Amino acid sequence: MSTSTASDDKNRRVPAGERVADWADGRLGIYSLAKANMRKIFPDHWSFMLGEIALYSFIIIILTGVYLTLFFHPSMNEVVYHGSYVPLQGVRMSEAYASTVDISFDVRGGLLIRQIHHWAALIFLAAMLVHMMRVFFTGAFRKPREVNWLFGFLLFVLGMFTGFTGYSLPDDLLSGTGVRFMQGAILSVPVVGTYLSMFLFGGEFPGGDFVARFYSVHILLLPGIMLGLVVAHLILVFYHKHTQFAGPGRTNRNVVGMPLLPVYMAKAGGFFFLVFGLITIVSAIATINPIWALGPYRPDQVSTGAQPDWYMGFSEGLIRVMPGWEINFLGHTLVLGVFIPLVIFPLVLVAIAVYPFIEGWVTRDNREHHILDRPRNAPTRTAFGVAWLTWYFILLVGGGNDLWATHFHLSINAITWFVRVFFFVGPVIAFVVTKRICLGLQRRDAEKVLHGRESGVIKRLPHGEFIEVHTPLDQADLHRLTAHDQHKPADLGPAVDENGVRRNVGPAEKLRVKLSKGYYGEGSQIPKPTAEEYNEIAAAHGHGHEEITSGKH
Amino acid sequence: MKKLSARRRHPLAAVVVLLLALAATGGLYAAFAPAGTAQADETAQSLAIEEGKKLYSVGCASCHGTGGQGSSDGPPLVGVGSAAVDFQVGTGRMPAQQPGVQVPKKKVIYSQAEIDQLAAYIASLGAGPIIPTENQYDPAGADVARGGDLFRTNCTQCHNFTGEGGALTGGKSAPNLEGVSPKHIYEAMQTGPQNMPSFPDSTMPEEQKKEIIAYIQAVNGEKASSPGGLKLGGLGPVSEGLFGWIFGLGVLIAAAVWVAAHTAKAKKS
Amino acid sequence: MSSQEEFPEKNLPSEQGDAHGAVEHTDDPFADPGLPAHRPRMQDIDERAARRSERTVAMLFLLSMLATVAFIASFVAFPVSKIVYIFPLGHVSILHFSLGVTLGIALFCIGAGAVHWARTLMSDVETADERHPIEAPPEVKTKVLADFATGAAESGFGRRKLIRNTLFGAVALVPLAGVVLLRDLGPLPEKKLRSTMWEKGKQLINMNTNQPLRPEDVVVGSLTFAMPEGLEEHSEDFQKQIAKAALMIVRIQPDEIKDKRELDWSHQGIVAFSKICTHVGCPISLYEQQTHHVLCPCHQSTFDLSDGARVIFGPAGHPLPQLRIGVNAEGNLEALGDFDEPVGPAFWERG
Repeated sequence: MSTSTASDDKNRRVPAGERVADWADGRLGIYSLAKANMRKIFPDHWSFMLGEIALYSFIIIILTGVYLTLFFHPSMNEVVYHGSYVPLQGVRMSEAYASTVDISFDVRGGLLIRQIHHWAALIFLAAMLVHMMRVFFTGAFRKPREVNWLFGFLLFVLGMFTGFTGYSLPDDLLSGTGVRFMQGAILSVPVVGTYLSMFLFGGEFPGGDFVARFYSVHILLLPGIMLGLVVAHLILVFYHKHTQFAGPGRTNRNVVGMPLLPVYMAKAGGFFFLVFGLITIVSAIATINPIWALGPYRPDQVSTGAQPDWYMGFSEGLIRVMPGWEINFLGHTLVLGVFIPLVIFPLVLVAIAVYPFIEGWVTRDNREHHILDRPRNAPTRTAFGVAWLTWYFILLVGGGNDLWATHFHLSINAITWFVRVFFFVGPVIAFVVTKRICLGLQRRDAEKVLHGRESGVIKRLPHGEFIEVHTPLDQADLHRLTAHDQHKPADLGPAVDENGVRRNVGPAEKLRVKLSKGYYGEGSQIPKPTAEEYNEIAAAHGHGHEEITSGKH
Repeated sequence: MKKLSARRRHPLAAVVVLLLALAATGGLYAAFAPAGTAQADETAQSLAIEEGKKLYSVGCASCHGTGGQGSSDGPPLVGVGSAAVDFQVGTGRMPAQQPGVQVPKKKVIYSQAEIDQLAAYIASLGAGPIIPTENQYDPAGADVARGGDLFRTNCTQCHNFTGEGGALTGGKSAPNLEGVSPKHIYEAMQTGPQNMPSFPDSTMPEEQKKEIIAYIQAVNGEKASSPGGLKLGGLGPVSEGLFGWIFGLGVLIAAAVWVAAHTAKAKKS
Repeated sequence: MSSQEEFPEKNLPSEQGDAHGAVEHTDDPFADPGLPAHRPRMQDIDERAARRSERTVAMLFLLSMLATVAFIASFVAFPVSKIVYIFPLGHVSILHFSLGVTLGIALFCIGAGAVHWARTLMSDVETADERHPIEAPPEVKTKVLADFATGAAESGFGRRKLIRNTLFGAVALVPLAGVVLLRDLGPLPEKKLRSTMWEKGKQLINMNTNQPLRPEDVVVGSLTFAMPEGLEEHSEDFQKQIAKAALMIVRIQPDEIKDKRELDWSHQGIVAFSKICTHVGCPISLYEQQTHHVLCPCHQSTFDLSDGARVIFGPAGHPLPQLRIGVNAEGNLEALGDFDEPVGPAFWERG
């Protein structure tokens, strides 16, 4: 059979590219793969590209990271520096620190690559968080995308730890202080804390091992897992097809946009270069982590302004504002002042990660959702998201309390107290306010649908009253503003069934119904205009509307 | 001997001598002020003290007491020495504008000559650190790297890695060292103004102070370089994070908006 | 903007065509009107505009090439240590700056060219792709479940319990080998965290001068750091030892010391406290000489050195340990023993 195929091919001149493709198809089945994906449709919206920023910064980090490994020595052996940076000449330091200074001052372009690597890391995590918030506030995490939400969340968490281990590698005074903090936090773990610390550091802090250990974690273990997750994340994006906002012709059963080949190939490919180019320019003009100015790490030296990179800032806030509780009993010490923040740290992240499952449980909504919600149309979710962000931001403020103090001439103690109080109060206020704003926006949408858009034209009626003329919306906008569906609050149902027997309702179900009422009950959403309402008003005002419409064109 | 003769004419030479007579630990300073010059300048020196006393009773006595004994509004000045006066008045901290947790640096209102007279008067009240001479604080030739090590051991905890300053308790703060003259840095280390501890010569010899000054100048002076571009205030990850979010992610999102935006249409329907 | 440019009217599509996919007229006033008709861009109807776009794209790609050449030229031309003043960046490395800017432009222009190409010259007709449910149709599900049941039955996994249970056992045990291998990552804690290098008779060495400290060196209001005699910066275990032994020395007027034990353990008001914060181990030393408060720069724990280093603010859970000091025969300050409690962060076995 194969010989006959070969002889058929000989009869026409096959271009080289096709021959290669044929070769690959015979082994990899690329034609079938391309059939499904080559003209895959992607919708256009700037917020759909936030994940791309994250993806591209991740690629940039890998590329620059590989370059840095060529020059970096992950060793804590002590050396005396004799390189070209004068203010360190003759200073004792670890080889890790010395090689990082060499990368910055003696390798041509080394400083640029180091700065690209670090800036890209900050932007990677920022882009992931913003991307995650986009997915959250538009409800893109709903079925069928919950698993991909978790993949994304894991990428964010692993990104934090990859960042932290990388930040610690140069063994400078700032990062060493961060490692010391981590070691102190590990010590606070009841029962096994000292063992964990000894095993992680190969003995007492700082020991001579942690740079080499963090190195393999930073360049191999964590990025390896992340690379796998990124691939899985992207496969699922392709498989689920991208979500879209409601609009004319955009339904839950289609995806409207432009094809991968050629438009998105060019746009996404081009965007990679845009991201790489812009990060490179940022790295050319702004210093990041000038380790030469920080000095080598010594456990007896420290500087004020000791903060981690921003993504660890909220944990820094937690630890800074915690009161110093310590319980001694039976010859043991429970270091609550450190251990409680250590426990809350993952909980802050888990709080947002599990939200999709809580919402899914409350709504019992088993449909697939491909049309995004406008945040206002899901007030409780939006309010929860803003409350979480407020929480996160307040902790970030706590993490930088010393700099807020010096730059706004405040007392550091006052800021700490502010954070202590607003850790609890802030999210509640944010929740209430956001929900109100969402409901207000919903009311405005309903108003717009029923009465049209304010035209800015003031008309005087025959009897002297002044009114503003409203322009009716066109069909596309009418559809767009009414396309969202509104859940009905769940109901416990009758207390007795049709036979008069008392129904048994579990506490979980009771909670679910209660939450559902909070989500969708009275005061939690504004009923969207119905066709009847619209027709009624249109009939009453029909004349006026036409007048304006004719006047417009 | 050029140095010596120059110093003999120095208006403060006499102060030095007087302090020597008062100070129990005068031996340390003996090399700088040979006893033989004392009598010659006695009149000039007592004149300076006289002038200083007048300035003091106008500008300082309301808080520090008529004889420098201090009051509820200001600490006693007996024994703080001329270096403290030169630092406090020379950086504009004194006279203080209003009471507060900390007296900030502001515009200097006395001339150097007046400051010297004030210093002479305060020094006459009791022995204390004296204003250093230029070869005490001039950092030229000092070991910068050694200064960096000393700076990280003694100073960075309050003043930040390159002297950008930092927060203390209850609204107090350690100031930024940018633009502070070597003399004033030296005096601050010697006298420990306000809440700053002092680093006397007995625990941090003069040479080490010079090295520290040399380091500050190398990393935070006018000619200090920042090879990687903007320093972003030298404040570390907080300012880097803000810059990364606002500027870094900001331009990338702007680019995303451009990539995703619809191209202008030829004609509106 | 482009709508104001001139373009040949004849190129305009004569009819815009009905919206495709429009639903039939219904009573629903909010019905989906369907995808709006495609509206052409300037480049779609005017070849001159399209050529302009083409030139722009090509120009961007060309600029990228030039920037790469400039990158290589900068790499060769500028010495690595040359610093120049560039407004508003300050004194920067010319090599770093020029490499970054040229590489940035080279990359950015490729991206800008590609995106401009896509936006202006590639088709911008929006099309709709159908979605299909992610869930498998019921017959597929039935088939898969049946296949699974068959496979499971054929394996005998459910029937031959002995095999199943021993397999579970083996798989559960084998990771233990990996766990055991981790044992040699570090030593056991034992009493290591409880003691430091300080012991009776060790002199206090000034960190600045490397000389023994004498009581008269330490004046009221000053701040000094010390390490134990015998510890050298080039010692093998310097980092490990100084992480526990670092000492902060201040002198307080004896009548200002409120804590009796603190006064007893001082030498004429000279007190020596551990420099390692009891919170998570930052070297704490922001000493305010008027208030005698010492602040940790990492998490703002504040201790009162005139009152037994009691915690007065922040997350630290217990006071800084004090080292008992005295004066030896040569008149130098010396330790009268080790700290009587572990220094640094608290831990489970601390007690």
